[in-house]
Amino acid sequence: MNEMSSNIILVILVTSFATYLSRFLGVVSSEKIDETSKIFKWFNCIAYSILAALIARMVIFPSGVLQEADLWLRLFVVIICIIVYLLSKKNLVYPTVLSAILLALLNNYL
Amino acid sequence: MINSKYFFKGFKSIKGIDSPALALGASFIAIGALLKNIGFNLEQSIFSTFLTYALPGSLVMAESFIVGASLINIFLAVWLVNARLYPMTVSLMPLLLHKSQPRWKYYLSCHFIAVSAWLIMKSNYQSIEKKHRIDFWIGIGTGTWSIAIIATVIGFLAADYLNKDMMIGLAIVNPVYFGCMMVGAMKSLQINLSIILGAILGPAFFFISPEWSILYGGVLAGTIAYFVGEFK
Repeated sequence: MNEMSSNIILVILVTSFATYLSRFLGVVSSEKIDETSKIFKWFNCIAYSILAALIARMVIFPSGVLQEADLWLRLFVVIICIIVYLLSKKNLVYPTVLSAILLALLNNYL
Repeated sequence: MINSKYFFKGFKSIKGIDSPALALGASFIAIGALLKNIGFNLEQSIFSTFLTYALPGSLVMAESFIVGASLINIFLAVWLVNARLYPMTVSLMPLLLHKSQPRWKYYLSCHFIAVSAWLIMKSNYQSIEKKHRIDFWIGIGTGTWSIAIIATVIGFLAADYLNKDMMIGLAIVNPVYFGCMMVGAMKSLQINLSIILGAILGPAFFFISPEWSILYGGVLAGTIAYFVGEFK
């Protein structure tokens, strides 16, 4: 158990180091980048498109428990919730609460 | 050292109708439950969210840990999935840099860069004078990070009471929250194109390379959007 436990600590440290590395290198690079420069605009576009890619992947090719809900059900819930978000004048509480209830219910009863 | 007026202004972004609290809470409750199920104790689970604070990285860590991957493999898998934090940092920190502010603030607070805090800062930075933006950011980061840590504890303690349907419900909250925030951020041709192309190309590249799909799809989509916006 002791060996297992020190192993978990190592796994956590390695994970956090691998994560902090990209943030740290990002700050180092930022020191030389002006917010009005072309390279800043380019990185801005890439940041938004990487996030969009990540979110689309979480819905279309999820890992973990989401795989057990049907693809069309996941897409349906996401689209309904975005419509609710737009209709509610960009309230984020309604769509997020609705999404959990809707998917849990539909997945159980369909 | 840190201007408390701006710190608390940022900290308060976790309240209100555009609060990230529910989405962050739901996903870190799921992480807390997952970590308990793979054999972490409460202290280790807290330690994990405290030090990593990036959802996809923690998921990859858990998956790799279950299959007994080596530390090198865990490092590479986490680095790859969290490499998106590099362009996110580069497109945020230049907005916060001010010569009167000490450098340690930037190197410490970059730990708070994660999708929710980043999106909040991106949609609010213009209302804050440049000199105070870093303190405002540290407030946002501290607020969202605290929610993540508290939710990890709740998830760990509630793990035995969460059934499969509840876990599925919790898992959709995060992509729905991020999806809404992205739709809300669509205010210029370049950003609109980046988001739409990213959402198409990211999953499309999954058929070529699942591990690299987000980076390939994202970099290609962002580059196309940049050039279309610049030369239109």
